[in-house]
Amino acid sequence: MASDASVPRNRLAVAGARATTKAMLSEQPRADVIRNTLFAGLLLLSILIALAGLFALVIQAFAKGHSALSLDLFTNPPSTINPDQAGFRPAIIGSLELIAGVILFVVPIGIGAALYLEEYADRSRWWNRAIEINIQNLAAVPSIIYGILGLAFIVRGPLDLGFILAAGSLTLALLVLPMVIIAAREAIRAVPDSIRQGSLALGATKWQTIRTQVLPASVPGIATGVILAVSRALGETAPLLLVGATVFVTFDPTPFSPDGYSALPVQIFNYAVRPQDEFQTLAAAGILVMLVVLLAMNSFAIWLRNRYEQRW
Amino acid sequence: MSATSTGAIEPAGKPPRRLQASSPRYGEKAIHALLALCGLLSVLTTTAIVVSLIGPTIGFFEVVPIGDFLFGTDWTPQFQPPSFGVLAIVAGTLNVTLWGMLFAVPIGLGSAIYLSEYARPRVRKTLKPVLEILAGIPTVAIGFFAVSFILPEIIQPLWPDGLLGGAVGKPFMALAAGLGIGLMIVPIIASLSEDAMSAVPRGLREGAYAMGATKMEVATRVVFPAALSGIVASIVLAISRALGETMIVVLAAGSTPHFTFNPVEAIQAMTSYIAVTATGDIPAGSIDYKSVFAVGTLLFLITLVMNMISIRLVRKYREVYE
Repeated sequence: MASDASVPRNRLAVAGARATTKAMLSEQPRADVIRNTLFAGLLLLSILIALAGLFALVIQAFAKGHSALSLDLFTNPPSTINPDQAGFRPAIIGSLELIAGVILFVVPIGIGAALYLEEYADRSRWWNRAIEINIQNLAAVPSIIYGILGLAFIVRGPLDLGFILAAGSLTLALLVLPMVIIAAREAIRAVPDSIRQGSLALGATKWQTIRTQVLPASVPGIATGVILAVSRALGETAPLLLVGATVFVTFDPTPFSPDGYSALPVQIFNYAVRPQDEFQTLAAAGILVMLVVLLAMNSFAIWLRNRYEQRW
Repeated sequence: MSATSTGAIEPAGKPPRRLQASSPRYGEKAIHALLALCGLLSVLTTTAIVVSLIGPTIGFFEVVPIGDFLFGTDWTPQFQPPSFGVLAIVAGTLNVTLWGMLFAVPIGLGSAIYLSEYARPRVRKTLKPVLEILAGIPTVAIGFFAVSFILPEIIQPLWPDGLLGGAVGKPFMALAAGLGIGLMIVPIIASLSEDAMSAVPRGLREGAYAMGATKMEVATRVVFPAALSGIVASIVLAISRALGETMIVVLAAGSTPHFTFNPVEAIQAMTSYIAVTATGDIPAGSIDYKSVFAVGTLLFLITLVMNMISIRLVRKYREVYE
């Protein structure tokens, strides 16, 4: 048989190739080897510095704030007189209500806009391209500008809601809406056309196809985008400063009450600007609480994306 | 397909089937309109931003000459008479942004090249999400970290005595805020640049290896130039983010307007002026209230230009490789 003869011949060929490679590699100039190793080392160093920054931030928040961690933190209202007794209760409740409002607003409108752009819009029309570029730009407009929008358009001006929690919620919703639209569009675009064509060929209408085929297939991607957007809204401070989130709210805020409201990051900010150690500790404890919630949400979102990422 | 050809294959005697839907499907049209409305809302948001900025800004320039605003270097709204020379707080913003970019561009690009060219698939699959988590840290937390750790534990011990006035004893400085901002934008640069580098076709790399290039040469002279428009887009987007960042500069850079690029000086940035002035019950119509909108307009225009450049560049590399 030919194979009996080809086995040693193959071995011979492999050995020859190895020897040649080895000989060539050993001739690689030492300067090149050193330069390449140095370069790889620098690259590794840069990513390690970025990660070290992340870990240092978490560790420092823990080192400074762990002594204030107790149930009181969640159940007590803020106080300037008794920092030992002060907590975040109205701020946490305020943040939860803000986020609920953001979700109610952003999920239907974000998905609706994404469906329009992906499934209905004719990209050769200039106005559809304008909407697209507009959304990309809105995603990068500074958050403080949304605060100005909230102050001049929602709190005062045309909507004239006053300094109420719902106004803050609407401002945050407008801020994160572009993020949701962009994520939802990517998820919808990832559904292959053959699925739509199959559904249409069976007699489904366009909306039936979207509702029963496209949307279910893109749910994980959309959910990831919504979670990331909500976590961004949860940590956002600057726009809330402009639309009336005040810090010494000692009662549980409600969405439409004119008595004012508070939010967790705003309360943290207020403790952080006070130089006394007790308030610095409280700020760090608040940051720790917020980081735990946000890291859990973001990790879940990223896991969701990787777990359900479909390759068609 | 025309109606006649459809009729030709129908059995004789039956009337040809119409190709139109058998019912007008008003529901489908209503849904189309509703979804278009959702898309339109984003345009309305932009319009609302422009409208709410323009009115008070025009009112502001009726009191303060536009030349004094754009070219003055004294920002003292609380003095009598007040001075609104925006260059003082523009310099504050640039001061912070500059140090942020000096930190974030090398670190971000290094991370991107490492993840795209050097890291094994498993390492990459774990490290990239961790970097993305860094992008999700609220800026108020980074600001607190900058003022209570970066400033006292890193800058003050390492800064040479007497250089530019020294760093000891200063509770706020531009450099601390800059490094905090750098930490915030590293993930933006790393993640977007890595996307651009991963989009470079394998064939280009293999061609270079076949010509005898080393790994470093492939990374720096083939992949990097090929992904350049995406990399520049990520940096421009990061600059736009840095210019618009508020909480880090409010917490770490102070609120004393100074026309200076000294990194160990306390400054005020455009965003922190807005945040500090527009809180609480500032009376609508006062000159302070209007000045917030004038600064906001300037900030909006600067970031708009940056964003447009970035969007253009990303589109360019997508066209080439995808």
